[in-house]
Amino acid sequence: MNLTLRIWRQSGPDAKGAMTTYEVSDISPDMSFLEMLDTLNEELILRGEVPVAFDHDCREGICGACGMVINGQAHGPERTTTCQLHMRHFSDGDVIDIEPWRAAAFPVVKDLVVDRTSFDRVIGSGGYITVATGSAPDAHATPVPKAAADTAFEHAECIGCGACVAACPNGSAMLFTSAKVVHLNSLPQGAPERETRVLDMVETMDAEGFGGCTNTGECATVCPKGIPLASIATMNREYLRAIRKGA
Amino acid sequence: MALATRPEPRTDKPAGRRTDTRTPRTALGRLWRSTIGKKTVMAVSGLFLLGYLVVHMAGNLKVFFGPAEMNDYAHWLRTIGEPVVHQEWFLWIMRVALLVAVVAHAVAAYQLSRLDIAARPVKYVHQRRRASYATRTMRWGGVIVALFVVWHILDLTTGTVNPNGEHGRPYENIVATFSTWYGNVIYIVAMLAVGLHIRHGFYGAAQTLGAGSASRDRALKATADGLALVLTLGFLSVPIGVMTGIVE
Repeated sequence: MNLTLRIWRQSGPDAKGAMTTYEVSDISPDMSFLEMLDTLNEELILRGEVPVAFDHDCREGICGACGMVINGQAHGPERTTTCQLHMRHFSDGDVIDIEPWRAAAFPVVKDLVVDRTSFDRVIGSGGYITVATGSAPDAHATPVPKAAADTAFEHAECIGCGACVAACPNGSAMLFTSAKVVHLNSLPQGAPERETRVLDMVETMDAEGFGGCTNTGECATVCPKGIPLASIATMNREYLRAIRKGA
Repeated sequence: MALATRPEPRTDKPAGRRTDTRTPRTALGRLWRSTIGKKTVMAVSGLFLLGYLVVHMAGNLKVFFGPAEMNDYAHWLRTIGEPVVHQEWFLWIMRVALLVAVVAHAVAAYQLSRLDIAARPVKYVHQRRRASYATRTMRWGGVIVALFVVWHILDLTTGTVNPNGEHGRPYENIVATFSTWYGNVIYIVAMLAVGLHIRHGFYGAAQTLGAGSASRDRALKATADGLALVLTLGFLSVPIGVMTGIVE
């Protein structure tokens, strides 16, 4: 199929960007969205133009590197990562708008690549547990209730792609932060830092320039890993509990 | 998260980062500085105002039982708490509490909106319609309701802009207001805004205070819809009553 792409091109962090139109032809419906962009880039290189920069790594939907807003939707029309989005969800002759994640905390590096190290700083401020060094403990040394293990696993699925921030009208990182807070606060291993974790991670999240939550639910709608919206309420509960305990 | 093109760690402060990094000592200070804390202030003040609206709406229905009962009820409001508290003191305590709630709600909303807008400095070229009408109109809906409250106090509390404006005769003043076209228009628009505001506000407050969960989501949304509908219809019944001649 033949497509018209309108892609955000920006040569550097401080350069002025603009939407640029490209035509691509003979796109197979079995191609992934990234393979379609690879096809475009091959053509651009042959023509001596600068290829479109975009983040990608595993291309199997588990790393969270690839991220772009396709026709106003983070990761495009399907609830998955961009690498797992296939061209069969588009029709011949479509005009597709491709933009980078837009948030103050995610400055554009080049074209569709944004700097997501603000997420790393949020994780660094509390996304860890304290363990004794030395030999590995016995596997059953700390019993974990099944329900807690399930909750923790559901939230550990977050791959930090940033789609929640990109989709939120306030550029808020509440879903991302809540995924990590709920993941570790559900487990006995995370109990020692239960209060400081939520307080510190929320403080870093605010300091990084992410907006606040207005409960629009856009984040959970686009999350490729299905982190539930209710996690935000759980984090709020943990936060207020920590404030009450004066941690 | 692995990055194919990993940028160098930033040494400068990114544009969006907040500069006021001083950590407050008290729990209240810490609460007010965080976005979740400000939302908590909005949730608590909003729920207090919602509770007031429920009582206010129920009281308004007295208008359907005639001038004597309505005016007696209005007079009774001034005597609540007697003889423990002096006459009208309860009313004034309530007014101060409402004012504090409105100011806290509005200041938090203003500050959060500033942060939210700053967090998305560049808009998307391809715009989609996001979220429900109630969700999208929270900010301007709130402003409309605030402006209405000013008019409403000048109209039915002080009587300054009321066509009748007779103290101690709220029934006659209500009928006078809703006998004018502009009185009806202002009131109906404001009550629809109140309904929409409550529809998203109640749900948001429940989430902010941590009451939300996957299993409770539908119940919370249904409660929010129910509250919004009952309050809007209850408030609107008064101007409709006057317009149709049931109240005169």
